[in-house]
Amino acid sequence: MRMFFKPERPHQRKPAGGQALAAALPRTVIEPSRGWRSVNLREIWNYRELLGFLTWRDVKIRYKQTVLGFGWAFLQPFTKMVVFSLVFGGLAKIDSQGAPYPVFVYAGLLPWQFFAESLRRSSQSVVASANVITKVYFPRLVVPLASVGGCLVDFAISFLILIGLMIFYGITPPLSILWVVPLSVATVVVSLGIGTLISALNVAYRDFRYVIPFVVQIWLFLTPVIYPVNAVPPRWQWLLSLNPMSGIVDGFRSAILHRPFAWGNLTISAATAVAAFLVSLIYFRRIERRFADII
Amino acid sequence: MTEPIIQVSDLSKRYHIGVRERYMTFRQALVDVIATPIKRLRNFGRSSHREADTVWALKDISFNVAPGEVVGFIGRNGAGKSTLLKVLSRVTEPTTGRATLRGRVGSLLEVGTGFHPELTGRENVFLSGAILGMSRREIKQRFNEIVDFAGVETFIDTPVKRYSNGMRVRLGFAVAAHLEPEIMMIDEVLAVGDAAFQAKCLGKMNDVSRAGRTVLFVSHNMSAISRLCNRACVLDAGRLVYDGDCQGAVQRYLGMIADTRTARLDLRDHRGRKAGMKPIITSLALRGEEAGGDEQADRNVFRTGEDLVIELGYDTAGEAFNHIFVGIHSALGERICSVGTHLDPHFNQTLHGRGRVQCSIPSLPFAAGDYSLTVAMGNKMAGNADCVVDAIRFRVELDDYFGTGEGLRHGQGHIAQRCRFRQIGPQERSQEDLSASSCVHHHSS
Repeated sequence: MRMFFKPERPHQRKPAGGQALAAALPRTVIEPSRGWRSVNLREIWNYRELLGFLTWRDVKIRYKQTVLGFGWAFLQPFTKMVVFSLVFGGLAKIDSQGAPYPVFVYAGLLPWQFFAESLRRSSQSVVASANVITKVYFPRLVVPLASVGGCLVDFAISFLILIGLMIFYGITPPLSILWVVPLSVATVVVSLGIGTLISALNVAYRDFRYVIPFVVQIWLFLTPVIYPVNAVPPRWQWLLSLNPMSGIVDGFRSAILHRPFAWGNLTISAATAVAAFLVSLIYFRRIERRFADII
Repeated sequence: MTEPIIQVSDLSKRYHIGVRERYMTFRQALVDVIATPIKRLRNFGRSSHREADTVWALKDISFNVAPGEVVGFIGRNGAGKSTLLKVLSRVTEPTTGRATLRGRVGSLLEVGTGFHPELTGRENVFLSGAILGMSRREIKQRFNEIVDFAGVETFIDTPVKRYSNGMRVRLGFAVAAHLEPEIMMIDEVLAVGDAAFQAKCLGKMNDVSRAGRTVLFVSHNMSAISRLCNRACVLDAGRLVYDGDCQGAVQRYLGMIADTRTARLDLRDHRGRKAGMKPIITSLALRGEEAGGDEQADRNVFRTGEDLVIELGYDTAGEAFNHIFVGIHSALGERICSVGTHLDPHFNQTLHGRGRVQCSIPSLPFAAGDYSLTVAMGNKMAGNADCVVDAIRFRVELDDYFGTGEGLRHGQGHIAQRCRFRQIGPQERSQEDLSASSCVHHHSS
């Protein structure tokens, strides 16, 4: 049995009940909590198996009873790339900085798709788990975490398309592509941050269910996914970088197409990303105690 | 004195009731529409409501539980039983007070927690087990036991959405029943499934409590409480009003649910009076002995084996009568039995004028259920002068009448008949036993 409550001795296993043993058992104190609380990382670690199961469930049921199954994980980003290439690359002739437009746009779509999908799923996650949240205790953060975790599988699959595209256009992956790894971590941080915040807000204000789709749409245009950062006048680029996804998308493109990184913009984005992440987690922790009452 | 495994002190939980505000003007309404979300956003996670808009689901609850105790919680709907379990299993936070629990806690507030209809039975066992707090290794170890208990071997790889309701419930209970925390909290789960499965669940619960586990158990099933628990608490309107042995708790609870207003009725304008009858029986009351005293009080809930007293007021309006008749009917209207002055060898009075008559039925032999009384008054020769059908209703709770913790199920009759079984003569082995054992013997040699 793994840890029901924040145990003081997590690895201690005891036969049930024995009176003499009672003193050695983990102790839980239930009290009204006040004010801001930090994230209990140890507790989340103790519940890692549950996190794993919920992630696995999300992935498992996503394509259940569909003909294409995981084919959808390929088809969705691929179609988007084709449409964007036709409209923005072909018709609008947006500057793709010398690279083939499909590769250019896909390098941006890669983190963007993950972000948009995580946001969409995690914002609904807590409300969707209402029946469990009102019945069993576990760290509530596990719920949005698992949603974002589930999207990682699609993220990995969409990398395969990138490889296919690069082979198709005869682009040799530069060494700088390794930067994709820390940039992916940054994408996860941003997605988790915004996702947990909205999942918590959504518990009390279901308005967010309607807000999210068009926020995501507008956000796409505020992020240099279909256009290069240079399209924005240099003196306004810092403003664009306040959007954490902006620096990340630009960074992905620099890493994949081997272009110089815009370190200044990247730093601003990273800072807003971390700030948003921390604020969201703390806000989530503050109001999670009321989830069961208001959900 | 061992240290308590659960210590609860002054635990309270307040809920806010939605307040509806009346808009005075359209302008005010507009301002409110804009201001309210801002106000609410600011107040999120903080209580800003006035005392009048709140309700205390729990108020100053204190008790200790020693390791291995099985404590039942009873009370009317909304008395706070479920809220108490929710607070103690950390689903929701208390408003004030404190509880200390030693050991891991498993809460079973629902059957099939976390089941996803699209997943197969096998997948759901792992998922639900993980949500309830089992590790993957533990679930693997007990997987076969769980599936056996639920009896769904054949369908274990079928999505749960194709299960019958009964199968889903069985699998859900099976997962939860194989949890092994030191403290187990169970809410009304025995109210699910068919009779056979309920019996199985009770059996499992019995094992759990025998294994020395500490159990908090919320139920409406009085015989389950009496059978499983060695202590019971009664909650009323969020307060703990009784904490002690089960028998006392059940009595207290029955006293609470007994609606004293309907235990004494004015019969003069009763709708059940048969056509052409005169309103001679003016009142009717049901009375029972109070807990621990010789006092009698009006009530309409009785335990099997208790004495039921029927009190009948009359006004003969100048006539004289010598016969009172009472029929007892089941909820479905079947006549269970009849009593009357003609069946009492000591009663030979003539009723004339106004007065009251008491009829006692010692040690009520009825099974649990709802019953109604039909009363009549008249003369043995001339027949009834007054007759009121379904004059008053009462309920019988079986409690632990038989001393075995078992009760009569629906459809097993209305009479709770005690019985003794014993074996007579020596017991011999049957032919099958003999051949089976010789077979084993043969193989092993």
